[in-house]
Amino acid sequence: MINLGNEHHEFADEIKADSGINFNVCLHCKTCANGCPFIEGMDYAPNAVIRLVQLGLEDVALECSSIWICVGYNTCSSYCPMAIDIPAVMDGLRHKAIEKGVKIAEPDVLNFHTEVLNTVKKYGRTHKLEIMMRYKLKKMDFLSDMGLGLKMLKKRKLDLTPSKVQDKKAIEKIFKEK
Amino acid sequence: MKKFLKKNKNNRSSERLRFSFFPGCALKVSGHESTLSLLKFCDSVNIELKELEDWNCCGSSSAHSIDHNVAKHLPMRNISLVPKGIPLLIACPSCLIRLKSTYLKIKEDENLRQEYEEAWGKPFDEDLEIIHFFEIFNRIRLEDYINHLEEKLKKIKVAPYYGCMLSMPPNLRFENNYSGIMEKTLSKLGADIIPFGYANMCCGTYLSVAKPQLAQKVVTQIVSKAMEAGAECLVTACSMCHLNLEIRCALENSIPVLHFSELLSMALGAEDQKKWFPRHIVDPVPLLKKRGLLVS
Ligand code: SF4
Repeated sequence: MINLGNEHHEFADEIKADSGINFNVCLHCKTCANGCPFIEGMDYAPNAVIRLVQLGLEDVALECSSIWICVGYNTCSSYCPMAIDIPAVMDGLRHKAIEKGVKIAEPDVLNFHTEVLNTVKKYGRTHKLEIMMRYKLKKMDFLSDMGLGLKMLKKRKLDLTPSKVQDKKAIEKIFKEK
Repeated sequence: MKKFLKKNKNNRSSERLRFSFFPGCALKVSGHESTLSLLKFCDSVNIELKELEDWNCCGSSSAHSIDHNVAKHLPMRNISLVPKGIPLLIACPSCLIRLKSTYLKIKEDENLRQEYEEAWGKPFDEDLEIIHFFEIFNRIRLEDYINHLEEKLKKIKVAPYYGCMLSMPPNLRFENNYSGIMEKTLSKLGADIIPFGYANMCCGTYLSVAKPQLAQKVVTQIVSKAMEAGAECLVTACSMCHLNLEIRCALENSIPVLHFSELLSMALGAEDQKKWFPRHIVDPVPLLKKRGLLVS
């Protein structure tokens, strides 16, 4: 049996406020879990993540891998009978995990997102080649996918030079705006 | 009556439709063959796409994952760039969701509207239409541009793959839904549609980089199920899906993956395939020759 004090509401309220989603209407019907192709890489099914939040198990929720494995492509939310925007809840949890500085379960995913935004900050658009190089550099992994990278360059799937936004000031403003 | 219909039909085809076009990073910087064939197709059906001037990345999957504020303002700037009165057409499903959700949020939220107008120095355009490329098929009739359309694709066996394209977050649930649009269009053009049950399974998007094993498993399953069902090729309308289906499939004998726009353009008689097909990792040329869709 789990004994709940009143504090467990706080965390749920925080995530509810941050994500703007009322996940308390979740029926735990597991439609989301059954439809997710990446559940294998998650330690908790999407509905179980919602449960963790409802129970106020903050550390477990913020340190679980599911919030990083979820790619947010709405297979779950399209079919959720309660129309819960599950990816938005995951977004809320990811932000909270970064904010609270907890241990990130899938650093590679965070590393990838960071590198994507680095190129957007620099050019206004993503630059795949640079994202890949920096991602690999941080990971100190140059060997895996090397052949694939070369094949993609040969097939011109990775442009060498970035495509850029002219109005650099506007992009700077976006990354400064709070 | 007949005369009237005929006249009306001609009118339809002579009226040039104009759209602002948001290519997004996937199309602009790596899916060149997808962009080229898309532009070609639109031109052949009398549609003018004018690239949105100085557009920026929509934020992709990364901005909303780790930076709310950037995720809000990247789409906002794009919305502010659209010339008034011209609908914005987007081909990438992910960019569409980012821009459209932001647009609807601004529309509903007075504070956000104020923030938008202050940051981007323009009044918010209430009437802006943001549409997916698929919407074109509700606005034109291929019959008006092609004779004998049912003979064009010569019974090539295609498995249409949508990935997440038809899945919408709850706030976009009541937007137009395009289920079956590739099946309908391609079968009208004479392709043989192979249903395979995995058409809506996500391709893994960036997990292909950060968690390659997970993406590989899913992609290999998608491709092998299409092959088991008897498909000669997969067809996708998203260049991110296209890339993942090509690079993460672990099968030795994988079938080619074609862009929806490539098949459409070919059916309309385009001859620029030389610019598209060398960019494919699994060469579609032998199959297309075998089916008599390419000569020499
Ligand atoms: S599909 Fe919706 S209601 Fe059902 S378990 Fe998942 S989040 Fe809860």
